Amino acid sequence: MTAGTVTPYRPGQQTGRDGFAQLLRAEWTKFRTVRGWVIGLLVAVLVMLGLGLFGAVGSSSSCQSTSGGPARSGQGCAASAPPVGPGGEAVSDSFYFVRQPLVGNGSITVRVTSLTGLIPSGNGAGTGTQPGLVPWAKAGIIIKASTQPGSAYAAMMVTADHGVRMQDDFTGDTAAQPGAVTAADPRWLRLTRSGDTITGYDSADGTHWTQVGSVALAGLPPTTQAGLFAASPAYQDISQGLGGGESGIIAPSQDTAVFDHVSQSGIWPAGRWTGDYIGADYGSGIGGYHQAGGRFAVTGSGDIAPVVPGQAGGEDLTATTFLVGTFAGLIALIVVAAMFITAEYRRGLIRTTLTASPRRGRVLAAKAIVIGSVAFVAGLVAAAAAVIFGTQLARGRVYVFPVSGLTELRMVAGTAALIAVVAVLALAVGTMLRRSAAAVTVVIVLIVLPYLLGVVSVLPAGAADWVLRITPAAAFAVQQAVPQYPQVTALYSPGGSGGGYFPLAPWAGFAVLCGWAAVAVAVALVLLRRRDA
Amino acid sequence: MRLPVPASTAPALHAEWTKTRTIASTGWLLLAAIALTVAVGTAAAADTNCPAGLVCQVDPAKVSLTGIDLGQAVVAMVAVLAISNEYSTGMIRITLSAMPRRTVVLAAKAAVLSGLALAAGTIAVLASVLAGRLILSGHGFTPVHGYELLSLGHSPVLRAAAGSVLYLALIALLSLGVATAVRDSAVAIGIVLGLLYLFPIVANVVGNAHWHRHLEQIGPMTAGLAIQATTGLTSLPISPWAGLGVLGAWAAAALLAGGLVLRLRDA
Repeated sequence: MTAGTVTPYRPGQQTGRDGFAQLLRAEWTKFRTVRGWVIGLLVAVLVMLGLGLFGAVGSSSSCQSTSGGPARSGQGCAASAPPVGPGGEAVSDSFYFVRQPLVGNGSITVRVTSLTGLIPSGNGAGTGTQPGLVPWAKAGIIIKASTQPGSAYAAMMVTADHGVRMQDDFTGDTAAQPGAVTAADPRWLRLTRSGDTITGYDSADGTHWTQVGSVALAGLPPTTQAGLFAASPAYQDISQGLGGGESGIIAPSQDTAVFDHVSQSGIWPAGRWTGDYIGADYGSGIGGYHQAGGRFAVTGSGDIAPVVPGQAGGEDLTATTFLVGTFAGLIALIVVAAMFITAEYRRGLIRTTLTASPRRGRVLAAKAIVIGSVAFVAGLVAAAAAVIFGTQLARGRVYVFPVSGLTELRMVAGTAALIAVVAVLALAVGTMLRRSAAAVTVVIVLIVLPYLLGVVSVLPAGAADWVLRITPAAAFAVQQAVPQYPQVTALYSPGGSGGGYFPLAPWAGFAVLCGWAAVAVAVALVLLRRRDA
Repeated sequence: MRLPVPASTAPALHAEWTKTRTIASTGWLLLAAIALTVAVGTAAAADTNCPAGLVCQVDPAKVSLTGIDLGQAVVAMVAVLAISNEYSTGMIRITLSAMPRRTVVLAAKAAVLSGLALAAGTIAVLASVLAGRLILSGHGFTPVHGYELLSLGHSPVLRAAAGSVLYLALIALLSLGVATAVRDSAVAIGIVLGLLYLFPIVANVVGNAHWHRHLEQIGPMTAGLAIQATTGLTSLPISPWAGLGVLGAWAAAALLAGGLVLRLRDA
């Protein structure tokens, strides 16, 4: 029965009362006058906040240095905190730097003829080394604002497995000529400064140059440090064990690059090269250089790249941890949202509702808007409070990864939106099934269980990845705190104390949940219209 | 004015059995529990490989029984509905008029539900183990890699299988207790699934190893499913049977709370 076939009887004084605003008001009145639902909402906010703070405290009672040594008592963990890059992200900025000051505009050109290195041999640190390179071992030329770790830079480099790259300010990464460098197949690199702009070029023969990229480094000082560098990230052989454990080794590696045909233009007042280890206290401190004639061999270790959670072995956390209460809040809200419609069926109130407002689609829409808005506000309050207070509780006890305000906003608003959409999904499933226990079970099994199976439990990696892509649990990607960088090798896992790396990007994962909710609402609408109440 | 009290619990059992079996949803839900348990277990086994030349850290029995994670939700639903349906339809007043000894009513319900859970659980677990045996042996879990064929004749596998069946029965009792205490089906199933699923999720983000272990030791699901482990027993947060005991304690506490509420409150 649709509104088009039968015109409902309406007494004269009732005209105008069928407006959507009245319908919304009616549904809101139904919601707020049921004490159990309001209590359920409060419980959702409180458990979300409470569990989040528990996560903050429970993760931070032991503040050990990343090498596994004893806690540095009294100093907190600030002593081992990585530097912060120009974009506000945590970075690793340790490398061997053969440098000269460059005043004003100028350029530097080199030829790289080899990149070799040493990686740990055997099964663990301290058992010797063998020749080899980690995939992102890098060496080349760099123009950097200062020798201060975390300062702005732009660099042209050769890498072990990823060809020639231009990288800037830790997060910028542009690919150039592919392939490994050898004496028979050398690479030419050039960096040119003009004002705040640094342009990178590469060439295979030193005559035909290709522009790789051009970056503007805001506030670059008049005098910069420019020269040759070498860095080699830690060797990692980690596998995600079944059951969530991680096993493997992380040990320093080193690389050596050979440069010749070094030429400079512009004002280089020092006239001679200085070799320094940048950021030695954070990296492993392996490095040096050897100059013979026009030939330089530079050896370095460490990395010039962002740091991501889990890289250092898990003694750090992100704001994602403070949002762990989302699961508890979700369960409470799923119960309330499902009952928002199933209680009407149980009590027979649905017949009154549909008599008063025969256009059934509008009833469902009004209910969805009311429960969605209520859930969004509750989620927003709880998530914001959990992130703010959780950060305060954890800071000083354990290293909390810095995230930009925008990312924090996405995490909090995304969590609230996730809860709102799940509430609408629960309402739709409740409309379909009419039974509250069935609706609650279905929705919890759809969103909480896949997360449990994919992140915590025994599922093999392939199945876990698949589960976190297609089920509504994909939406938990909105809680990811630190982005995944292609130029950083790490175990990007969704679980653990500091990860939140899902197979899908934050909003793409959220879209998967929205798709589920949209299908559920559509089916609920069809059933609501076709079936007798 | 007291009604004659049945001398034994047999009529109560008979009444509960009749009520439970004549509700169409009970049968369908138990079938769903079996089907979902076997389906998830089969899917997990199908996706688990032990490539040649590698040391696999896989527990074949545990992988085959992954479906219990999902099947328990349906079993919990059956148990919750067994009591909360009576409250929502008003049937509870008839039940309690006919059998005024409320503890006996609850005990009869508990007996019928655990019997059903044991029966459904046995079918689901046997099918899951059989599926795991057939699939995993083709995925590299062979004696060459140090894995015996999954067999109930192997005592840790028998413990995992029998323990999983008992686990489902205890989940049914826990759910019955909670539902008797709170009466409303939606709230009851929310509480039960929250108790089961939240412990492992929260434990996973708590970085402190000490707290992590404690959370896994007290969580009804994390402790109870320790029974499924057949390898790496030393790294378990709690030993298999002790873990099942923790779940038993949860179920007993829930039934006690439910029994007290049932006795003290008006229906």
